[in-house]
Amino acid sequence: MFKIVEKRKLAENIYEMKIAAERVARAALPGQFVIVRSDESSERIPLTIADYDVEAGTVTIVTQTIGHSTKKICSLEVGDCLADFAGPLGRPSEFVHMPLEELRSRKYLFVAGGVGTAPVYPQVKWLHKHGVECDVIIGAKTKDMLIYIDEMRKVGNVHIATDDGTEGFKGMVTALMKELVEGEGRKYDECVCIGPMIMMKFVCLTTLPWNMQTTVSLNALMVDGTGMCGACRVSVGGKTLFTCVDGPEFDGHKVDFDEAMRRQAMYKNQERLDNDNREHKCKCYGE
Amino acid sequence: MANKIPRVAVREQDPKVRATNFEEVCYGYNQEEALLEATRCLNCKNPRCVAACPVNIHIPDFIHHLTEGDIRGAADVIHLDSSLPSICGRVCPQESQCEGSCVLGIKGEPVAIGKLERFVGDWYLEHSNEVEAPTIEPNGKRVAIVGSGPAGLACASDLAKMGYKVDVFEALHRLGGVLSYGIPEFRLPKDRVVAHEINEVKKLGVKFETDVIIGRTMTIDSLLDNEGYDAVFVGSGAGLPRFMGIEGENLNGVLSANEFLTRVNLMGAWDPKHNDTPVYVGRKVVVVGGGNVAMDAVRTAKRLGAEAVIVYRRGEAELPARKEEVHHAKEEGIEFRMLTNPTHILGTDDGWVKGINCVEMELGEPDASGRRSPVEKAGSDFIIDCDVVIMALGTSPNPLIASTTGGLNINRRGCIEADEVGATSREGVFAGGDAVTGAATVILAMGAGRKAAKAIDEYIKAKK
Repeated sequence: MFKIVEKRKLAENIYEMKIAAERVARAALPGQFVIVRSDESSERIPLTIADYDVEAGTVTIVTQTIGHSTKKICSLEVGDCLADFAGPLGRPSEFVHMPLEELRSRKYLFVAGGVGTAPVYPQVKWLHKHGVECDVIIGAKTKDMLIYIDEMRKVGNVHIATDDGTEGFKGMVTALMKELVEGEGRKYDECVCIGPMIMMKFVCLTTLPWNMQTTVSLNALMVDGTGMCGACRVSVGGKTLFTCVDGPEFDGHKVDFDEAMRRQAMYKNQERLDNDNREHKCKCYGE
Repeated sequence: MANKIPRVAVREQDPKVRATNFEEVCYGYNQEEALLEATRCLNCKNPRCVAACPVNIHIPDFIHHLTEGDIRGAADVIHLDSSLPSICGRVCPQESQCEGSCVLGIKGEPVAIGKLERFVGDWYLEHSNEVEAPTIEPNGKRVAIVGSGPAGLACASDLAKMGYKVDVFEALHRLGGVLSYGIPEFRLPKDRVVAHEINEVKKLGVKFETDVIIGRTMTIDSLLDNEGYDAVFVGSGAGLPRFMGIEGENLNGVLSANEFLTRVNLMGAWDPKHNDTPVYVGRKVVVVGGGNVAMDAVRTAKRLGAEAVIVYRRGEAELPARKEEVHHAKEEGIEFRMLTNPTHILGTDDGWVKGINCVEMELGEPDASGRRSPVEKAGSDFIIDCDVVIMALGTSPNPLIASTTGGLNINRRGCIEADEVGATSREGVFAGGDAVTGAATVILAMGAGRKAAKAIDEYIKAKK
């Protein structure tokens, strides 16, 4: 059992939790994820690590309530326990293995979308700590949905884009990217993009003509998360890879996003059916 | 004459009924049946069954105890060589091991050794509370075990009996490895048998920790260098599921047998009232493969309400699955399409499986392994309509441990290199089971775990 030691609402339906998981905290690196199960009847779901504190022995996760399982996680309070919290899984971001000399000569552009801002944070923080300053674009539909702005400002140069213009640049992150690269003539060696699948697809289409190396972090469906099930198959450069052991970060220009989005929806119909059943059950047995 | 008694038939659930539930197929012998079957054993001077058993259980000896009604004595004999009789009695391929070499089998039916082993194992589990836990003198040495499957359990249990302090690390949230996530409830009951056998290991003082992925949460290097373990045994299991590499394999509705069985067994998707994890079978499921895992998958799909078909590229005689499983599958109404090989999977416009294109095969000349290799019949293409395709084609090794452990060699196939007793290229690290051999059987994994326990004991004693 893994205790929730802190909980904070970041935006509507988005919660941050600090989990007591000493071993995971000690081993975690930017880019990795954990498998979480809220109770004995729950699914195993992968969540990207948003931060880790070796001294406090805690790992931070940020969860948006999109389905039954994420709702269950978010309904837990400080002092409650998650049944399982296994990790860190997946390969760390490639830059953690790079010689510091080389790394410090590189320019990074991070593009974060919605709840994907959380897993971008430990990467920018790690680079900042190792003397690499990065530009970070954070995008959301509207001002109220922006998360991790203050945290990110402490470790990177933040640019904000909202679809409705309630904060920062008005428009999509891709438009702001064009503004920075084509408008202001900024140069980057690599773009790292984490967010909804559809956003990552369009960010990759944007950077392709610039020949800008682009890394994306995929949130495929998983069961075990350790390579055993193959549910997280993704086509990268025509080869089938497993997101859990070969990723979760891949060369975005080689990822087949249309297939990846389709595969993400594999159990959508059933989830809806399940929810209907549950609500039905509530009406029958409630009160 | 003892051997004139026909083999005592074992009671089973009616095929029509069991094809709709997850209760155990085989009820096993009751005491009366077991004792009668035991009298059929000729107690051969040179028992061929013992030599054919991968862990050389003293079979005539335990059966002899049974004929005298001494079930506890029979259990003691089995326990000399096997730690998991209730499990092996259910899942061992007896027809190619002990029962396959039984003298009675030459002219008639062999002694039902597997069913007798199961009877003794189950009896012992039911009566284990009456047995006082042996007092074990701790020797102050610590061993870490990676994986709580059959290899890890056997190794842990033997080391604990020798006085070692043993900690087992399991990556998943439930103990048992393939016994929990892979083999279905209707063949191996989880609470009544698997959890119970694991409980016996816990009674010896072995500590289990779930949610620890060795190679990620902690490394073998850190277990030896920082956590103070004197040796490590790796029984991490088979690894990554194989796919065919054919067109359409990433369509929605194509999955590995590992994923399908894990959803149903480990995550409890067969019982959607109590578990959140979904599973999808559609109206018709095609399972590609002919091994035990393929049989488990196809029979599970049937129980979830789908029409279920096996597609296998060789003939029925070549099916690698246990005969009993094939027989049970047929009784339950599984369709077998032998000498059939998929060429590609067909999808709907929105990317869901709608059928599988196959070709007919014929058996050609025997290959190097002596098996006749299948050859495609030209122009024999045909389509099987289906909603789900499950690939049960075996596994390739998981590189996680090898890639994070200094000085640990792997072989050409990517499996961990280990000698007869499990010693690897890295001092203090031993390995056994599927992680070393590639996908094999529960009994071989258990045997490897026991051999390694002995070798670890010798290694630690020599180190002093």
